[in-house]
Amino acid sequence: MTDARDPLPLASRAARILRERPMLPLILLLAGLVGLLEIMQPGIVNERWLGNTVKFAIPLAMIAACQTLTMLTGGIDLSAGSVATISAFVMATLVPLVGVPQAILIALACALVAGLINGFGVAIARVHPLIMTLGTGLIGIGCLLVYQRYVIATGTKVPDFLVWLGTGRSWGLPNGLALFLPFAALVIWGQNRTGFGRLLYALGSNEPAARLSGVRGWQVYLALYAGSGFIAGLTGLLYIGLVRTPSLSLALPLDLPSVAAAVIGGTSIFGGRGGYGGTIVGALILTIMATMLTLLSIPEGGRRILFGLIILAVTALYVQFTDRT
Amino acid sequence: MRRALARNSWTLGLAGLLAALLVATKIIQPNFGVSGLDSLARAALPFALATLGMAVVVIAGGIDLSLAAMMAVTSVTAAVLMQGASDGQALAVVILVLMLGAAMGALNGALIVVTRVPDIVVTLSMLFVWQGVALLILYAPGGAAAPWLRALIVGGVSLPGLPGGLTAWLPKGVVVLLACLAVVWLPIHRSRLGLRFYAIGSHPLAAFRSGVPVGRTRIAAYAVCGLFAALGGLSVTLSTGIGEPIPGPYLMASVAAVVLGGVVLGGGRGGLIGPILAVFVLRLVRMDLTLMAVDPNVTTIVEGTIMVVVVMFGAVLAARGRRQ
Repeated sequence: MTDARDPLPLASRAARILRERPMLPLILLLAGLVGLLEIMQPGIVNERWLGNTVKFAIPLAMIAACQTLTMLTGGIDLSAGSVATISAFVMATLVPLVGVPQAILIALACALVAGLINGFGVAIARVHPLIMTLGTGLIGIGCLLVYQRYVIATGTKVPDFLVWLGTGRSWGLPNGLALFLPFAALVIWGQNRTGFGRLLYALGSNEPAARLSGVRGWQVYLALYAGSGFIAGLTGLLYIGLVRTPSLSLALPLDLPSVAAAVIGGTSIFGGRGGYGGTIVGALILTIMATMLTLLSIPEGGRRILFGLIILAVTALYVQFTDRT
Repeated sequence: MRRALARNSWTLGLAGLLAALLVATKIIQPNFGVSGLDSLARAALPFALATLGMAVVVIAGGIDLSLAAMMAVTSVTAAVLMQGASDGQALAVVILVLMLGAAMGALNGALIVVTRVPDIVVTLSMLFVWQGVALLILYAPGGAAAPWLRALIVGGVSLPGLPGGLTAWLPKGVVVLLACLAVVWLPIHRSRLGLRFYAIGSHPLAAFRSGVPVGRTRIAAYAVCGLFAALGGLSVTLSTGIGEPIPGPYLMASVAAVVLGGVVLGGGRGGLIGPILAVFVLRLVRMDLTLMAVDPNVTTIVEGTIMVVVVMFGAVLAARGRRQ
């Protein structure tokens, strides 16, 4: 490794820090943003603000789990927002008809089916995940439009415990953490300590090598995208508890920030690098940035431009730092 | 002769499919005629222009996911600037919008070349950026289009000196499409640049070693794509009379039409005639479903499913081609 004696020591040192401790600059950035927010609006940072920020970051972080896990294999799941919307809408419209537990089961089954279709396309037909999930998302929303016709008269109802989970707080902390903490622990444990998690990294860093060492890629992809659909469905249920009014575009605005959260969190969009811990911090960073943009009264268009540029800039930086070997 | 037939068998097959679908449409709806052809051409025009742009980039070995968003930007720009503009000003607006499209495309290409980030990631981020730009220009559908420009794509062709019945069946939309193709693509296709598109699409390294400036050619391909996106955006504004800041379903549709049209994802093979025929096939399928009184939302699902299946099928074919 002659990398250390590179003519650009600053850049290479930064690259090494990024590579070895990806969480460090992220947490510094988070702290810096909180400080900046306090300067912009003195007194805003308090316990109540913290609870609200965490409350809104939880659905984002959960849906970003779909992106993180699929991006570890070099894929992406752009249908996550649509799937979350479908699951939430189906659940809310079915509760008056069939009761709460059945409605939730059916909603999660829909999400799982969408994930399986993605998995089929990516694993067996070998379509690029981006195109496949984009298409599934569009078809899913189309199906939802048709479905809406048949349930337009039944009315909707969001079960009380989902509202409790989404909006309530106990001891100053949002109740969503009761779902999120075990979920995050499970994802982090799954990606670091199980064979399935290692297979994700293996397929993402070198697919032919993984294949030659006996990994059945298609089984992993199928399970991965099905799981991603399931997570998206779960997020939809939580998110409807937070928003409380079902609509046909409920979780669609989460699509773009979820990709941004995973990318900011240090997960490489090319696969094989990153993890869910960074994504959670990324989701927090994005939620705080959204607060700042609201304070500055930046319109929706400006927000999209900013998020797009962030994804591009972070990825470009990443390519610059890692291409130098 | 036989070789020409064999080489264009895919395109000829598509043309046959299109003819069969037209006959089927006539059977479903016996009074399908001039007005039906006209509405088909008008509905297909933005899709066809988007597909042309996508086809050029795919031939050059890339993909442009920001295509629909660029169409939205050009559509709202044209609609906002044309509001209350005189005829001469409207012409200036058209030229400006076309230049804007080419510039946006060139920016996409330049970002890909300079940052060395894969095209799919760059254009995905630019998709969000252009969406945001479109929303900043016009938050809700609005604006206007110059009437003489609208008349350019609506109705049948009438040439002075010829009896109307002879040319009225030919929709102006098709003529505009062919004109765009002739003015933009033919000179490129005939020149060195067109050859270079195919060269960097089939093997960038080989192209580089034979002296093709790969980076500049790639930027040029994206610029041409942006130009077609601008034409598509203009046609949206002209056919509806307003600007639409939310991107339409042109991205998936154009990828599907490109694949169905015989351009291989991955680059280097295919032409532009096949994709255009594919656009008309896909539009006609939708029209037939509508004529058979299928619920429009169900039509959307069927259409989406056809597109995804086509893309899947194309991916399988591309993978098989690589293995051989």
